[in-house]
Amino acid sequence: MSAGRRRRPWALATFTWLYVAWSLVPVLIAVQFSFNDGRSRTTWQGASFRWYWGDPFASVANDPSLRLALTNSLTLGLFTLLVATPLGTALALGLTRWRGRASRASNSLMLLPLATPEIVLGSALFIVFSELYTVVPLGRSAQLIGHVTFSMSYVVVIVRARLLSIGSEYETAARDLGASRTQALRTVLLPLLAPAVFAAAMIVFAASMDDFVVSSFLSTDASSVTVPIKLYSGVRTSPTPALNALATLLLLGSVLSAVLAWLVLRRLRRDQTDQLAQLGVTDV
Amino acid sequence: MSRASRGPRLWPALSLPGTVWLIAFFAVPFYAVAAIAFGLTDPLFRSPIPVWNPLQWQFDHLLGALQRSLSGDLRPVFVRTFVYVGAALALCIAIGYPVAYYVARLAGRRRGLLLALILAPWWINYLTRMLAWVNLLQPDGYVNRVLQSTPFVSQPVDWLGGNPYTVVVALAYGYLPFFIVPLFATLDRIDGRLLEASRDLGIGTVGTFWHVTLPLSRQGLLTASAITLLPMFGDYYTNTLVSGSPSTTMVGNQIEFYLLQTQQKGIGAALVLILSALLMVLMAYYLVQTQRASREAA
Repeated sequence: MSAGRRRRPWALATFTWLYVAWSLVPVLIAVQFSFNDGRSRTTWQGASFRWYWGDPFASVANDPSLRLALTNSLTLGLFTLLVATPLGTALALGLTRWRGRASRASNSLMLLPLATPEIVLGSALFIVFSELYTVVPLGRSAQLIGHVTFSMSYVVVIVRARLLSIGSEYETAARDLGASRTQALRTVLLPLLAPAVFAAAMIVFAASMDDFVVSSFLSTDASSVTVPIKLYSGVRTSPTPALNALATLLLLGSVLSAVLAWLVLRRLRRDQTDQLAQLGVTDV
Repeated sequence: MSRASRGPRLWPALSLPGTVWLIAFFAVPFYAVAAIAFGLTDPLFRSPIPVWNPLQWQFDHLLGALQRSLSGDLRPVFVRTFVYVGAALALCIAIGYPVAYYVARLAGRRRGLLLALILAPWWINYLTRMLAWVNLLQPDGYVNRVLQSTPFVSQPVDWLGGNPYTVVVALAYGYLPFFIVPLFATLDRIDGRLLEASRDLGIGTVGTFWHVTLPLSRQGLLTASAITLLPMFGDYYTNTLVSGSPSTTMVGNQIEFYLLQTQQKGIGAALVLILSALLMVLMAYYLVQTQRASREAA
């Protein structure tokens, strides 16, 4: 416990805070400029909501292409969530309880998308939809399929972690009390899994809204432009802060889904502890 | 009776939809890449003709792409990709290691706050973070204004017109959050008593870092590098956003160009295969190292 050992590492502390500032302040400035009253993205001219809804032509609310990008991103995120969450939850349940060679093969197949770079997956999906699955046109339906493909594995990983921590005791107890496998699944396992499933759904929604590469490879024309695609194409060309407003709304969406996941997770966990406590179980 | 017969089939049945989905929309697409890369070109329209039977595969596209990558016009693109990604990784280590180390071991009561701030960029869209920098680096942006207020710079610096330094720093900026977090997790798990013991034995703070902390965080460094290298090698959007100039083109840009902007999809598909092979070598190295580390630990 010499004085030298206890000395506060000022240099490292300063370095770390400088890094944090470097990583976040530019984004805060970009958010600030979304409220700029002038047309500039570099010179501050007073605050207003002009680029959100005030401007009759170029604001997010009034420019049809910006509005379309926003609705496309939200619908894509929502539909991806609705398809990927049940598919992933079922796969997690199956892979955890089912043993055998086929199960192991399916497990490896599920893990591969997590280690595949986006450009490789995007290229592969683009080629398969333009050469083989020509019944599905490139555009919004192909984008939905692509998003489900990369986000299903997130659901499996999250739900499976919860399944393993729950163990099989509750299910066995329900079966001993006369429930069928399906009944045990519906009345015992699924309610216990609910918080993890919800958190996974929120992460899927955020990941889908966040995706640029897969969406972009599978987008053909203006009808399937999402917010990230709009940001990409507009950064160097679009001269107004409406783009910053669009980016700010995207940020708001991600933060909201994160907070929602956290709140519901906490709430459900508390309710569950209460219910189990009534049954005399104290430790989940 | 129904219970016994239905039971064992429930779990495979639950796995079926997801597995079928992954076969149809993950495995088959990769086969389609091979079918195009090893396929033919329509002599009239120059459009690609996929060949689905592996016995009839042609290797013209792949050999052409390989030849151009090793000694032709694509060679500078590959060299540039390696140089940029290597430099960006070096920056990630130089910036990310001290930050992860400080937050994991020395931050004290600020630790929770710092951890939240370090995780915050994960929730901010990558393109938004790039957009923020493009605004700052404009000729009349804040960066140039600050620089011009100093006596050393009189003209605004052209950051966004094909400047390789901008591309490397932008790559590092983009992927640092994903580098820091796995490294933080490893440094956080190091047993503080080991470090104390080492210092009590008299090798000092610096010696302890070199002989104890750094070797113990090797696996975290490897994981963090793998997590950032995989996307960086295929990145094309960072480059387009902060440079857009042919003088900084990387492999990802060429894949995007050949697949989406030309009819020569065969070359694009062959480049995807070459990039995938390269990344698989990287992943294999990572997996072998990880296995060796866990064997040594056991």
